[in-house]
Amino acid sequence: MNDALGDREKRLLDEFQKDFPLVPRPFAEIAKRLGVDEKTVLELLCDLVNRGLISRVGAVVEPHRAGYSTLAAMRVPSEMLEAVGAFIAAHPEVNHCYEREHELNLWFVVAAPSRRRVAEVIADIEYRTGLAVLDLPLEQAFRLDLGFPLTWT
Amino acid sequence: MDLNPRDQALLAELCRGLPLVPRPFAAIGEACGLSEAEVLARLQQLMTDGVIRRFGIIVRHRALGYRANAMVVFDVPEAEVQEAARRLCALPEITLCYRRPRRPPVWPYNLFCMIHGRDRARVEELVVSAAQAAGIAHLPRAVLFSGQCFVQRGARYGKPRSTAVRELA
Repeated sequence: MNDALGDREKRLLDEFQKDFPLVPRPFAEIAKRLGVDEKTVLELLCDLVNRGLISRVGAVVEPHRAGYSTLAAMRVPSEMLEAVGAFIAAHPEVNHCYEREHELNLWFVVAAPSRRRVAEVIADIEYRTGLAVLDLPLEQAFRLDLGFPLTWT
Repeated sequence: MDLNPRDQALLAELCRGLPLVPRPFAAIGEACGLSEAEVLARLQQLMTDGVIRRFGIIVRHRALGYRANAMVVFDVPEAEVQEAARRLCALPEITLCYRRPRRPPVWPYNLFCMIHGRDRARVEELVVSAAQAAGIAHLPRAVLFSGQCFVQRGARYGKPRSTAVRELA
């Protein structure tokens, strides 16, 4: 909940979604900019992860440069949704899996080192669930997740 | 740019996320057989080459109070799709914007974007204003609000750590 975020946490999220310092002690560098010490920054980040407010400090990669990915959709009977969602999410190649309000009610992203592995995962999901998977590979990326300007209301 | 197995292993670690320790790049290096300096140099290079598009804190919109998240899709004629996408990307509320294939008759849409808002009504307003700003308000569209999240994590493009390490040995 953003109500529970202090000013230091808000600054962390505002300033370090990009422009993360690429130096041996990045958290010390962030600490310097926030006017706190390194230990405090590490504790704040751990706390944000534990509270589920941030997913990680890490990389967003350009699609299809380091591997292959696709967006897939399924029409899952509502009584099966929970089980199918959990089954799909358990694949290490699946990095997003959401229920969405549509006839095609389950959407997920499959990313793997090769196109062939992505196809295998989709084939496995179709085989194991008995449901068709609609495969919607990226044709052109106009904008990737390049950070998000949060508004603190 | 070809990624060697070592870069693949490094990329896998970087996507999974830094360990929250004082010298995270040294820790990651240990996991994939690189020195701290090599990790930083490769990371810088992967960013320069455009393989890594962003490195930093990755937020969970939903947990931060953006409870209404919608995938918004449009059916835009091919001749207009570049211009529509360019205009959509100029709007701060659009976080992703992709072109994907149509799959008629089940799926007629080819332009995809994500819109986040604090509530549903706000997202619906943003959808209308975004469609107008992009000049595609008259075209067929669908707004797919997110329901339950089964998983959200970094892509694991690299091979699993154990395999990568074995290949390097």
